[in-house]
Amino acid sequence: MATKVLMPQLGESVTEGTISKWLVNVGDNVKKYDSLAEVTTDKVNAEVPSTVSGRIAEIVVPEGETVEIGTLILYIEESGEAGAAAVAPTQEAPVQQQPVSAPVQPSAALAASQPAQQKASPNQDGPKQRYSPAVMALSQEHGIDLSRVVGTGAQGRVTRKDVQAIIDAGGQQAEAPVAQNTAPVAVSQPEPTPVPAAATATSVSSVPATTRVDIPVASGDQIIPVTPIRKTIASRMVQSKHEAPHAWTMVEVDVTNLVHFRNQAKDEFKRKEGLNLTFLPFFIKAVVESLKEYPMINSTWAGDKIIVKKDINISIAVATEDALYVPVIKHADQKSVLGIAKSVDDLAARTRAGKLTMDDMTGGTFTVNNTGSFGSVLSQPIINAPQAAILSVESIVKRPVVINDMIAVRSMVNLCMSLDHRVLDGLICGRFLQSVKQKLENVGPETKLY
Amino acid sequence: MAVISFIDAVTMAMREEMRRDQNVFVLGEDVGVRGGVFRATVGLIEEFGEERVIDTPLAESAIVGVGIGAAAYGMRPIAEIQFADFIMPAVNQIVSEAAKMRYRSNNDWNCPMTIRAPFGGGVHGALYHSQSVEAMFTNTPGLKVVAPSTPYDAKGLLKAAIRDEDPVLFFEHKRLYRLIKGEVPDHDYVLPIGKADVKREGTDITVISYGLALHFCLQAAEKLAQEGISAHVLDLRTLYPLDKEAIAEAASKTGKVLIVHEDNKEGGVGGEVAAIVAEHCLFDLDAPIKRLCGPDVPAMPYSPPMEKFFMLNPDKVLKAMRELANF
Repeated sequence: MATKVLMPQLGESVTEGTISKWLVNVGDNVKKYDSLAEVTTDKVNAEVPSTVSGRIAEIVVPEGETVEIGTLILYIEESGEAGAAAVAPTQEAPVQQQPVSAPVQPSAALAASQPAQQKASPNQDGPKQRYSPAVMALSQEHGIDLSRVVGTGAQGRVTRKDVQAIIDAGGQQAEAPVAQNTAPVAVSQPEPTPVPAAATATSVSSVPATTRVDIPVASGDQIIPVTPIRKTIASRMVQSKHEAPHAWTMVEVDVTNLVHFRNQAKDEFKRKEGLNLTFLPFFIKAVVESLKEYPMINSTWAGDKIIVKKDINISIAVATEDALYVPVIKHADQKSVLGIAKSVDDLAARTRAGKLTMDDMTGGTFTVNNTGSFGSVLSQPIINAPQAAILSVESIVKRPVVINDMIAVRSMVNLCMSLDHRVLDGLICGRFLQSVKQKLENVGPETKLY
Repeated sequence: MAVISFIDAVTMAMREEMRRDQNVFVLGEDVGVRGGVFRATVGLIEEFGEERVIDTPLAESAIVGVGIGAAAYGMRPIAEIQFADFIMPAVNQIVSEAAKMRYRSNNDWNCPMTIRAPFGGGVHGALYHSQSVEAMFTNTPGLKVVAPSTPYDAKGLLKAAIRDEDPVLFFEHKRLYRLIKGEVPDHDYVLPIGKADVKREGTDITVISYGLALHFCLQAAEKLAQEGISAHVLDLRTLYPLDKEAIAEAASKTGKVLIVHEDNKEGGVGGEVAAIVAEHCLFDLDAPIKRLCGPDVPAMPYSPPMEKFFMLNPDKVLKAMRELANF
C-alpha cells in the first residue's frame, strides 16, 4: 500500500497551506527528504520533504489548492513494494453500508465513502458540519474529537448515538492522522523558498476570502488581491487591537553620548567585524537589560493567568516592500551589542531575501520596532500579540534642550511604548522606560561592544 | 381480570364510585333512560334511580352550573357533555367559576366536580361531533385536564377525578370507546392525575402522545421495530398540569422527540410539551423537536377523503417517526 503524505504543520497557529507548486510528477522516484512541493501558508513558504523513498503514485491535491493541515496531499509507493499501486486509493476505501431506511443523498454517500472511521480526515470536503447540543455536550464531556467521527445520520450528520457508541467503547477513537504522521515532516529541514509576491499569486484565488466588504470600485482603481501574508498581517493586527487594550506612553531620551560613542566606534567596528554599527543594537541591548529588571514586561496574557517568560527573545520589525515581518533574536539577554548587531543584520538580510524559517519567526517575547529608520519621530505601535508590550525607537534628532537652565543642542530620541493593559500598568512601564532611558544616557567610553 | 372496552371501563368506574359514595351523581343529556348516546351511563339509572342519574335539558351551561352548585354543597357531580364540541356554552362556568372557586374564596369553597366529554374524530361525525377542544382548557390553573388512552387508565383516572377535591375535565376519545379493549381489574384502584406513563420502552426516538393518536404511535413503533428503530412512547394521560419530569426524562432518553396529537398543531398541547423539552433538555437534544398534529383548519370535514386527510393514522405517524430516527 502506498504511503500517504499529509499537509504538514508549518507553525503553531497555521491551519492550512496552499500547494503553490508540485516539484514532482506521478511516476518520479524520490528519496527520503527530497522536496515534494512548495507550500505557501499564511506565515511562511516552505517545501514539503518526502517521508520515505519511493515512487510518486498519485498527487491528490492539485497546485493552487488550499487544504487544511493533515489533509492527504500525495501517495508515495515505497521502494521495494510490489507495483500494485495501480489500485487507486479512492477505490480501496470500503464503502460503508448505509442504513437501509436512510434516504441516500449525495452528501450522505460522500461521508460514507470516506475511507472508514480510522482514516477519516477532518470533514473539510463534506457539507459544513453542524452538531446537535447533545453531540456537543457529550463530546466535550468525554473529550471526543468530532471531526474524526463518521456520522450515520442524515447527510452524514454525527448523531448522539454515534458519540455514545464511542463512549461505550471506552472512548477509543480512531488515530488522528494529523498528530502522527506530520510530526517528522514538520520543517525538519526547513528550506524556505523565496517569499511572497509571485509565489503566492497562484494561491490567492483558492484561499477563502476573509471578510468581504462591499466597497464600490471605480474605473481605473487598481485591485490588488490579498496575499496570505497580507491576510495574516491584517488578522493579527485586528486580533491584537481587538483583544489587548492598548495603552501608550513615551519618553524622550538624550542620546548625545550614544551618538558620540557610536561615531567613534563605528569605523573600527566595520573594519573588525565587517558590519555597520547602527544604533539599533544599543537600543535593543538597553531594552534587554531593563527587561531583566522588570520581567513582568516580558510576559503574556493567557486568559486566566499571566505567563512571565524566562527567555528574552526580541522580535524586531523588518519591513519589505509589501509586507512586515517580525523575526526573533533568540536569547537576546545572552548577547553582547556585537551579538545583537550580527543577529539584526542576519535577520534583516534573510527577511529581504525571503529566507526566514519558521523558527526565525516564533518565540518572541518583546518587540522592538525601529520606526526611526524611516524618519518617524512619534508612533503608536500595535502590540505583537501575544506579547505584552512593544517599543518603537524613533529618529534621533538634534533639538534644543534645557539642561541646568541653559539651552543646549542635544541628540534626542523618542521611545514609544504600547502596552497590553490587561497585563501591565503605567507605573511599571514608566519605570521600565526610565530604566531604558538611563541605560542609553549612560552609554560612554566604558560601554562594552563585545 | 376481564378484558373490557374503553367505554365499559368508564361505566365501571362511575358505577363503583356511585356505590362507594352516596354523594356521587351523574347529570347530562340522555344519561338516564337512554343510558347516554354512547351508552356510557347504561344501567346506572336502573341501579341508582333518577335522583342520582339526572337527564338534563339541552343546556350545557346549566349542566355544569348545576354541577358547580351541587359540588359547592358537598356533592360529587359527574357532568356529561354529550360531545366535547358542545362544551362551549359551559366554558364560562368551567373556566370562570369551577376553576376559580377555591382561589376566589381563599380556600373556603372548592368544586369537586368531574366533567366528562367525548372528543376527537374519525367517526364521520363532521364538524360538530369531532372536535378536539382540550387545548382551550390547558392554560387554566385550577382545572385539571385528563385524557386517558387505555381502559385501565380510564377507570383508574376517572375514579381519581371523581375523588379529586377540585374540578377535573375528563376527555374520552370517542373512537377509543369500542375500538380499544384491555384488561381492567374489577377491584377498586385509582391512578394519580398528573402522571404520564411510558407505554413502550425504546432507545432511538421518543414519541409523546395521548388519546387515540397514542395507539397510532404504538402501532407504528411496532412496525418500526422490525426496521431496527426502537421507539420510546410516552402517554401523557394528564394534559394539565403536564408531567414535566416524565416528559423531560423521556425526551432526554433518546434526544429525538416527536409529539403527536389529533388536535390542531398551532397552539396545541404539543407546543407546551415542546417548550418543556426545550427548557429542560437542551444538552440532550440530538434533533429538532418535531410535532405531528392535525392541520390548522377550522374543523373536521365530513367528506370521507377529507376526513382521512385531517385525521392522523399509523402510516402518517410511522413516516414522521422514521424521518426523525434517520435524522
